[in-house]
Amino acid sequence: MDFAFLYSSFLRLIAGIPLTLQLAFSSIGLGFCLAVLLAAMMRSRLLPLAWIAEGFVFVFRGTPLLVQIFLIYYGLGQFRPYLDEMGIWWFFRSPYYCALLALTLNTAAYGAEIVRGGLQSVPHGQIEAARAFGMSGFTLYRRIVAPIALRQALPAYGNEIILMIKATSLVSTITLMEVTGLAHKIISETFRAFEVFFVAGAIYLAINFAMARLIALAEDRIAPDLGRAAATIEMGKLSH
Amino acid sequence: MPPKSFLELMQWGPQGWLDEMTFATGLTLAVAVSGFLFGLAFGTIAAIGKLSRHAVFQRAADAYTTVFRGVPDLLVIYLFYFGGSAVVTAIAQKFGAQGFIGLPGFLVGTLAIGIVSGAYQAEVIRGAYLAVPPGEVDAARAFGMSGWRLLRRIIGPQVLRYGLPGMGNVWQLVLKESALVAVVGLSVYLYEIKLGDLVLIYETRFSDLLRQAHVAAGSTRQPFVFYITAVAFYLILTTASTWAFRRAETWATRGLRQA
Repeated sequence: MDFAFLYSSFLRLIAGIPLTLQLAFSSIGLGFCLAVLLAAMMRSRLLPLAWIAEGFVFVFRGTPLLVQIFLIYYGLGQFRPYLDEMGIWWFFRSPYYCALLALTLNTAAYGAEIVRGGLQSVPHGQIEAARAFGMSGFTLYRRIVAPIALRQALPAYGNEIILMIKATSLVSTITLMEVTGLAHKIISETFRAFEVFFVAGAIYLAINFAMARLIALAEDRIAPDLGRAAATIEMGKLSH
Repeated sequence: MPPKSFLELMQWGPQGWLDEMTFATGLTLAVAVSGFLFGLAFGTIAAIGKLSRHAVFQRAADAYTTVFRGVPDLLVIYLFYFGGSAVVTAIAQKFGAQGFIGLPGFLVGTLAIGIVSGAYQAEVIRGAYLAVPPGEVDAARAFGMSGWRLLRRIIGPQVLRYGLPGMGNVWQLVLKESALVAVVGLSVYLYEIKLGDLVLIYETRFSDLLRQAHVAAGSTRQPFVFYITAVAFYLILTTASTWAFRRAETWATRGLRQA
């Protein structure tokens, strides 16, 4: 083993960690807000709203994330004159914003299903009891529905967070230099795929391991009585 | 020359791209199917390791599933493409060849997808195996079945039945992951096959759906049209497979009492 090479690759690769984490966390945060909105639309009695949300989820869950990234970054370039006119071309010209948009829309589609599942799990009796206490509308949601739904949804959402950290690697295909992009660069310079894979893989495993621990801690805090879903990264939704 | 309309672009034949896009969809499907089958093989081996009584096999299987579920798929594809090509190049240079020899994207993609999906498949198969009621295995043993016959008649069919929903999930994952081969995709490979005095020159063109969309987008300057078409083709594939797996589940559980 050439430790000098492993170490120098490590030093170059950790420069990509901030971008990886930044993209992952901003898309998860923005995606969660959108997911809540979508889940609310899917449960709405206004059917057109529900259809729009269901269509969105169907398209973004049914196609590869890489295709979505290319569609937004390369595809929308076809409409450059119009986007220029609307004054938003600066957004779609930037690989960073396009990647962020694609990741956000993608995780929102998966998140919407998780949030919807959480909302569905709220026992009807709890809502009835709250209504009997005179709660309604926003208070009912804030005090009763949201906390119960959140507890139910947390394990699945933890899964989604880890999948998103891995998914950020795809943005390297549109020139963003996060960990996988840097790994690709080092490999094409040195042709030492095994060593670079070893180091980059270890970085991802470390990040994901730390995230899994954090999620488990959050589960312990928010839902101690549910018992930690030990299989957080075991099963559940797998794909992007 | 005015830009072509959508219908003009999507003609069948040399004028349009519909035939290319359709063949590329077939290739995507071929990559996914072979990757899935590889994954089934790797997953079965890993599941056997996880269920084994030997700590060494358990640890090896656990390490395999942890690593390949924790590392981005794209990184695995790079490992196989560059790592595999480096090995092949080194061997070829021993025999006097020169330059870098890139491995075919199909092979790389299939293997990488097989390894990654095998890590997910292992959990599905292990779970399904544990769901087989032990009483049925006891009963089969009482009938004198053992070894291969027990596996083929009792355990195998039930593992498939209980594992089917999980395998459906893995298949969806594989289908979407197959888009990543576009990154190491399109190349024209020339193979010379020598049969005595006869030299066959065999050319293969490898481009999956996403790669084909990329190529068409570049050549027509209408990227949105082709990427949105790729989206539509992927949706057809995923929707059709959701339907197929649901049918298969109904068929596989037809003898079970429903709760």
